[in-house]
Amino acid sequence: MVLDDPTTRPAQAKTESPWQHDKKKEDMQWIGKPIRKVDARSKVSGLQRFADDLSMPRMLHMKLLRSTHAHAEIVSIDVSKAAALPGVKGILTGKDLPIPFGILPVSQDEHALCPDRVRFVGDPVVAIAATEEEIAWEACRLVDVQYRELQTIGGVHEAAATMEPRLHDYGVRGNIHRLENLEFGDLAAGFAKADHVREDTFFFEGNTHLPMEQHASLAHFDKDGKLTIWSSTQTPHYLHRALARVLHPLPAHHIRVVATPNGGGFGGKSDPFNHEVAAAKMAMLTGRPIKVALTREEVFHCHRGRHPVLMRSKVGVTKTGRILSMDFQAYLDGGAYGSYGTASTFYTGALQTVTYPVENYHFRGARFFTCKAPCGPKRGHGTVQPRFAVEVQLDKIACDLGIDPAQLRLQNLAPRESLTANFLRIGSMGLGTCIQKVVDGSGWKTRRGKKEVTKDGRIRGLGLACSSYLSGAGLPIYWNGLPHSGVQLKLDRSGLVTAFCGSTDIGQGSDSVLGWIVGEVLGIDPLGIKVVTGDTDLTPVDLGSYSSRVTLMTGNAAMQAAERARELISKGVSEKLGVPASRLVFADSRVFDAENPKQGMTFQDAVICTEARFGTIGTVGSYTPPASAAKFRGGGVGPSPSYSYSAAIVEVEVDPETGIYRVPKVWMAHDIGRALNAAVAMGQIEGSVYMGLGEAMMEESAYRDRTHKGNRVFLHKIPSMLEYKSPSVFEMPEVVTYVVEDHDKNGPFGAKEVGQGPLLPMMPAIANAVFDAVGVRVDENPISFEKVFAALQAKKEGKEPRYGPSTGADGVPVVDFGDSLKIKTPWQGGDGTAWNEPKREKKAAK
Amino acid sequence: MLRLPTFTYHRPKTAAEAVAIHKAHGKAAMFVAGGTDLYPNMKRRHQTPTEVISLQDVPGLHSVDVLPDGRVAIGAMVKLSVLEHHPTLKQHYAAFAHAVREISTPLLRNMGTIGGNLLLDTRCTYYDQSHEWRESIDFCMKTGGAICWVAPGSPRCWAVQSSDTVPLVCAMEAQVELVGTSGTRTIAAGELYRDDGIQYLTKQPEELLTRLILPAPRGWKASYLKLRRRDTYDFPVLGVGACVWTDAAGVVTKANIRLGGAGSYAIAATDSEKLLVGKQLTDELIAAAGAAAQKPARTMDNTDLDVYWRRKVAPVYVARALAACK
Repeated sequence: MVLDDPTTRPAQAKTESPWQHDKKKEDMQWIGKPIRKVDARSKVSGLQRFADDLSMPRMLHMKLLRSTHAHAEIVSIDVSKAAALPGVKGILTGKDLPIPFGILPVSQDEHALCPDRVRFVGDPVVAIAATEEEIAWEACRLVDVQYRELQTIGGVHEAAATMEPRLHDYGVRGNIHRLENLEFGDLAAGFAKADHVREDTFFFEGNTHLPMEQHASLAHFDKDGKLTIWSSTQTPHYLHRALARVLHPLPAHHIRVVATPNGGGFGGKSDPFNHEVAAAKMAMLTGRPIKVALTREEVFHCHRGRHPVLMRSKVGVTKTGRILSMDFQAYLDGGAYGSYGTASTFYTGALQTVTYPVENYHFRGARFFTCKAPCGPKRGHGTVQPRFAVEVQLDKIACDLGIDPAQLRLQNLAPRESLTANFLRIGSMGLGTCIQKVVDGSGWKTRRGKKEVTKDGRIRGLGLACSSYLSGAGLPIYWNGLPHSGVQLKLDRSGLVTAFCGSTDIGQGSDSVLGWIVGEVLGIDPLGIKVVTGDTDLTPVDLGSYSSRVTLMTGNAAMQAAERARELISKGVSEKLGVPASRLVFADSRVFDAENPKQGMTFQDAVICTEARFGTIGTVGSYTPPASAAKFRGGGVGPSPSYSYSAAIVEVEVDPETGIYRVPKVWMAHDIGRALNAAVAMGQIEGSVYMGLGEAMMEESAYRDRTHKGNRVFLHKIPSMLEYKSPSVFEMPEVVTYVVEDHDKNGPFGAKEVGQGPLLPMMPAIANAVFDAVGVRVDENPISFEKVFAALQAKKEGKEPRYGPSTGADGVPVVDFGDSLKIKTPWQGGDGTAWNEPKREKKAAK
Repeated sequence: MLRLPTFTYHRPKTAAEAVAIHKAHGKAAMFVAGGTDLYPNMKRRHQTPTEVISLQDVPGLHSVDVLPDGRVAIGAMVKLSVLEHHPTLKQHYAAFAHAVREISTPLLRNMGTIGGNLLLDTRCTYYDQSHEWRESIDFCMKTGGAICWVAPGSPRCWAVQSSDTVPLVCAMEAQVELVGTSGTRTIAAGELYRDDGIQYLTKQPEELLTRLILPAPRGWKASYLKLRRRDTYDFPVLGVGACVWTDAAGVVTKANIRLGGAGSYAIAATDSEKLLVGKQLTDELIAAAGAAAQKPARTMDNTDLDVYWRRKVAPVYVARALAACK
């Protein structure tokens, strides 16, 4: 198959396509229209096959025996009784899988099965495969694991104070995994100029993704020595890499990872997981297909959810609220392993400057290892916690200055096409429009501060918050110079177009995005396009469904592949039609003369005509994000081709006697660049509102920490769907959604992200609304009823009307961050490098 | 949560037969009505009967009857969804219909029965967990271990009464009918329960609860108010059942206030009750009675929501429940 016509390929992969992002809505046939998703009908009719729906002849079921200790050395493992149980076909322990893995190259600290030490309750120790799942479970109960308990490390304060024992023998020192210390501009000068300075301390408790689908995998090792694993993963490419590493010497090209449709991911299926690696190894050991389906409790153990983050922020502003200096500290409770934690740490500092300009900025971030399920990326990865802190703090500043919080933000918008203090490149910027929309829609100006009382005695309040988010990370998680996304198109003489791409649909509609874009460029019905995704044997690499990158990156790759197909077909039919290629139009499944529409042929005939002339038709497209302006160490996290913006106003009704509140209505505006499909975009926005509501009102990865006679019990408090509270339909407010379209030149047709950004303003908007209603501050998320009540009690007793972490010196752990990396801001004439950075030798791409 | 373990399923045709099967198997046996409490517990392996006795085919447990003296007898197997929509109950026992409606979700109420709800297993965040979770804390005393993690120094279990109907029917002085090996007996609903998280019922294990009998709807007013995080399917972390008897002049002659979700049984707020008797229900009196309810609300840290907060808002909830009895 000819994958591409070399004569039409530009010398360099195209990353900017101005004509599309400026194209008018009325000139487009599919883009922007509320057509259905390519997989909508199979999904709603229950026909979609998720990983747990798969089965094979002679399949075995695997269960993992997990640690019952928060931190312990494994003294011995006796599996003899389990092995003797009828039906047991395979047993694996840590020594069978000695090679460590991890999502980031800098933290290869996980084993599929713990070889010598367990680091949280739920850490897997033994895997057993049996003819039935119940037998595998019973067999796990027969395994005798002897542990020697080690000191439990329960949180950031404990971790900071405990040099020994260390949970890992890598990291900065003690139980500090990462320390970052970046300083942009002249902080002291900014504070000296400020009309108003305030310092606040915030805490954001961890929470988890709670996807409806529990992780499941099916692994098969065939007689030809090829391994296939079907798995509910958001990142088949990264899983492929991890398996190739751990299953050495099995060659990477003998491993096939197929990402099954995800029943929700939200970041929780972005790491390579123990059960996936163990299933693959077990399939090789037994020669039989291995099925593993996690229980809900086990999903809580996989976690990789929101980091609990303690934050201290000092901000100096002018009279109008312009941020002259911001000194931000973040202390992340990382849990037992690295996961994406290095990136998470940087993300708690990266986007403060993108939402509103910050003239001088200092960020210190520390991530600690603790005996909890590992934290990682959850929707809004690392940026959610600082957003909560900054938006609540700005609300307080507006209050201090006597400015309308909406006005304060409108006066301090980031300029479009600009560089931030930390060298992030802002493109289109629709935050002003977003704020205006929600302010007008909610009646903010007339209703705020009015303390209306409902019939049942609750007091109404309105709160505003804003946010920005990236449309895909500018760098891959492992260093390479390759495209981030690739798309292949196969054009068949039947008229069928098939799009192959490594991306994974996690429910957000990324498969559909491929169809819509290819359909628009080629003028054919998107629902007639076949989309093949997430299969490392069949599809070109896409880095995965994370970081809100798919629409932009696979979208651009798909667009390039489709444009190349169009150029090829134009050439193929131009002569036959007697129309210059440049005049040909692709629409309504036809190719025709723009000046004489009757002169044309069907798309199928055009494909046949082209195939006759050039041979089998296939084109490729790929996408690599533009180079970042941030060249200092740590500048790799934060850059993105474009940034989305959101503004939310939330209405609350607070019962002043109990602190119980409800959220009847939310106004959410999101600058999406361009909505490829407004209906699906609104679904993402409403979903973000729902998830944000849950985080704000109730969700928390709380731990039981009890000690009795010297024994400390430390484990997830509520790993179940009933007791880990997330909102039900009853709590879901009415949502007024505004899709703001500020086209960005880096996006396909101008599109930016929408999957994560609109979650961010929910939590601070609710905190601010509670303040508007009853005049108390909750500086800790979730903003649960008890905390509102406690703040109301404090107010009643004449104390500071606030609930939150200590604002004193003891409020944050004592950590020596060392010298900061000093970077001159663009307006100081900086070039994106640190002036005090030690020279590094440049690593070659592997 | 795992799948159900294997068990033998019995379908006796009479109450006596059901009791006999239970007696024969002793601790290995349990009755099942709607299964909405038992089956999840079995999946988590904290109730593990090998003999499950269905009451589906037992006659006389499936109807709601108005007795000649005006009382209403509800068969133990009547679905909760039938009760919440029952015209007689909605008209004359609005608080009861409301309490039933507060139980879990419509789906669960279509399966769950009043008998099952009255006998609901006590709940605890150290108990309602998977086998693996409980193993990690070395099992609590309710599942064979030695300790109560809620109160490690305590010799007893502090699992929480979590039925929505129990505080109300106790406050209303309803009765329950029990069939045992030596015949049928009727006791006050309040006497069915005791203050222990494990042995929370006074009846013999093989005794079958067959009917709930509500008092004739005259001379009293009742209410039920539930505190929980989500107003859809959460169990109560405080459930106030209140029933107030008044004379023609509007003077309270008797008042019962029971706090559910605050201990191992529905606790009487006796100080509040005493305040009310002999007086008219004014706003001031209601507030005072509410305030007096803080002491008996012995909440422990074994349910959702903060333990101290639940105690502090108990007065508000008691006052609001009483206000609804005006």
